Amino acid sequence: MAVFEQKYKPYADELTPHWSRFLVIPRYAYKEIFQSRLFLALFVSCFVYPLACMLIVYLHHNATALEMLKLPITQVIPIDLDFFYYFVVVQSTFGFFVTMFIGPTLVAKDVTNNALALYLCRPFSRFEYVLGKMATLLILLSLITWLPGILLFLLQSYLEGISWLFGNLRIIFAILVGSSIWILLLALMSQAISAWVKWRVAAMGILLGLFFIPNAMAAIIKGIFETNWGYLISTRSLMRTILADLFKHSTRIEIPVWSAWTALLVICAICLFLLFKKVKAYEVIS
Amino acid sequence: MQPIIDLDNLSVTLGKRPILKNLKVELTGRAIGLLGPNGAGKTTLIHTLLGFYPINQGTARIFGQDIRVAPKKIRGLIGYMPERDAFIDGMSCIQFIQMMGELSGLPSDIALERAHEALFFVGLGEARYRSIDTYSLGMKQLAKLAQAIVHGPKLLILDEPTNGLDPPTRQRMLKLIRDIRDTNQVNILLSSHLLRDVEESCEEILILKDGRVATYCDLEAERKSNRKFLEMETFGNNLIFGQAIAKLGCEYALVGEKRIKIILQDGVEVGDLYKIAAQYELQIRRLNFKRDSLEDIFLKAMEDK
Repeated sequence: MAVFEQKYKPYADELTPHWSRFLVIPRYAYKEIFQSRLFLALFVSCFVYPLACMLIVYLHHNATALEMLKLPITQVIPIDLDFFYYFVVVQSTFGFFVTMFIGPTLVAKDVTNNALALYLCRPFSRFEYVLGKMATLLILLSLITWLPGILLFLLQSYLEGISWLFGNLRIIFAILVGSSIWILLLALMSQAISAWVKWRVAAMGILLGLFFIPNAMAAIIKGIFETNWGYLISTRSLMRTILADLFKHSTRIEIPVWSAWTALLVICAICLFLLFKKVKAYEVIS
Repeated sequence: MQPIIDLDNLSVTLGKRPILKNLKVELTGRAIGLLGPNGAGKTTLIHTLLGFYPINQGTARIFGQDIRVAPKKIRGLIGYMPERDAFIDGMSCIQFIQMMGELSGLPSDIALERAHEALFFVGLGEARYRSIDTYSLGMKQLAKLAQAIVHGPKLLILDEPTNGLDPPTRQRMLKLIRDIRDTNQVNILLSSHLLRDVEESCEEILILKDGRVATYCDLEAERKSNRKFLEMETFGNNLIFGQAIAKLGCEYALVGEKRIKIILQDGVEVGDLYKIAAQYELQIRRLNFKRDSLEDIFLKAMEDK
């Protein structure tokens, strides 16, 4: 068909499978996101720590390099559960900054420009819309959290030997579960805020506040009532508890692990509720 | 003939307020105009057909399929141009239309090709790489039309497509709608406040009032049914002519010396009048059918119910 014909033509050829259409959203979102040099710089900086970790792993297994550098790296930084725990914590922090950058505008722009009706008047459901928006964040955050974590683990396994891999399978599980929970929480919270707060700066402030203010409130509650249960409202504390349990880390834990999991599930459910409450083609005002 | 849209006692309540009340009508036309005063339920009906609002009672079928049973399949057959400004921020128009095509299920390369075609078709070919934020209101309306047709729908739903357009752009939009209609590949449901827009582009009209069907009719048939009333300008003896046609059973009234108004009876054609005029050597210098305008039909519908 040619543009000079300039007439309406129906379409009756093959269509893409329904399940794959939600991926259209992240594809177009990335085109826009990576136009920002600031974001590009942030995204590249997210790979500095994984590269440094890979270098450390390499140095652990290169006697010549160790001798040349004269660094007692094997004693100072052992490759164990703690090493991967700190890896996940650092990369999760970078994940938070990436979310701060792109999360607040993802849904807000569509709500502001009445674009939801354009999505939902097609063979495209609200669930697929939310999934598409979530995928935008989840794919990016995966690239900087669990994917380099797994690569680091595989590099260490390759250099140390197959017995190390089988002896430390727990690390893979901890990286996958810990990172997944964190990026899912980030994606859900940022999307829920984005759906309700149209102003980017305000949305960023709220997201930042939700990760820091509840922690301070929990400390105040502890000071007044002498109970640790206030930490149930602190997402930072919840994640610290879960990661410490997964990596058997010696961090001080304020609340039982089961309660941290339960609280996270409740937070995720609230975020989903808020998200679906707002993701509608048109709002009905009673 | 299978109806395009079949509403069977359709009722929709938003909040606690019933908006659509027992709508029962089968729409079959190529281009259907949806009319009604503000708050009549036109947009609610469109949104219900698209699955945005839940149905309280009754059913609605599009191309024979219940909209609650196969919503995705039905939405794949529909192109929708919303009333309000609606676009995706930070994109060029071509990207926007391509994305809309892909969301409707077109493969990426075909979506891009059809996006170019759709934009050339609506007349935005030269501006297709510009960001939609920079478009004028008229251009945004045309872009909305392009996104509605990019995937080649079988039913095109246009909600106030000429809203806020200047006269030339309005004419252009109406011409596009007529061009789409005349391909016979797509049915159109056009909602508008502007009777002239509907009159110029639609063949059938559905008039809603207070959430109920006030009138559903074929515009042309309605006009034909009113082709009984004639007004003639003549030169000659009007009185004899009047008496002659009265013998055929037609009523007449003389208006001055040169004008006569006639109500035709069944079985009497205009040709018969010419024969009588020739017989009495009367010149017929002008002959007008009184045609019911859409405004007449609309006002009648508003009075009737």
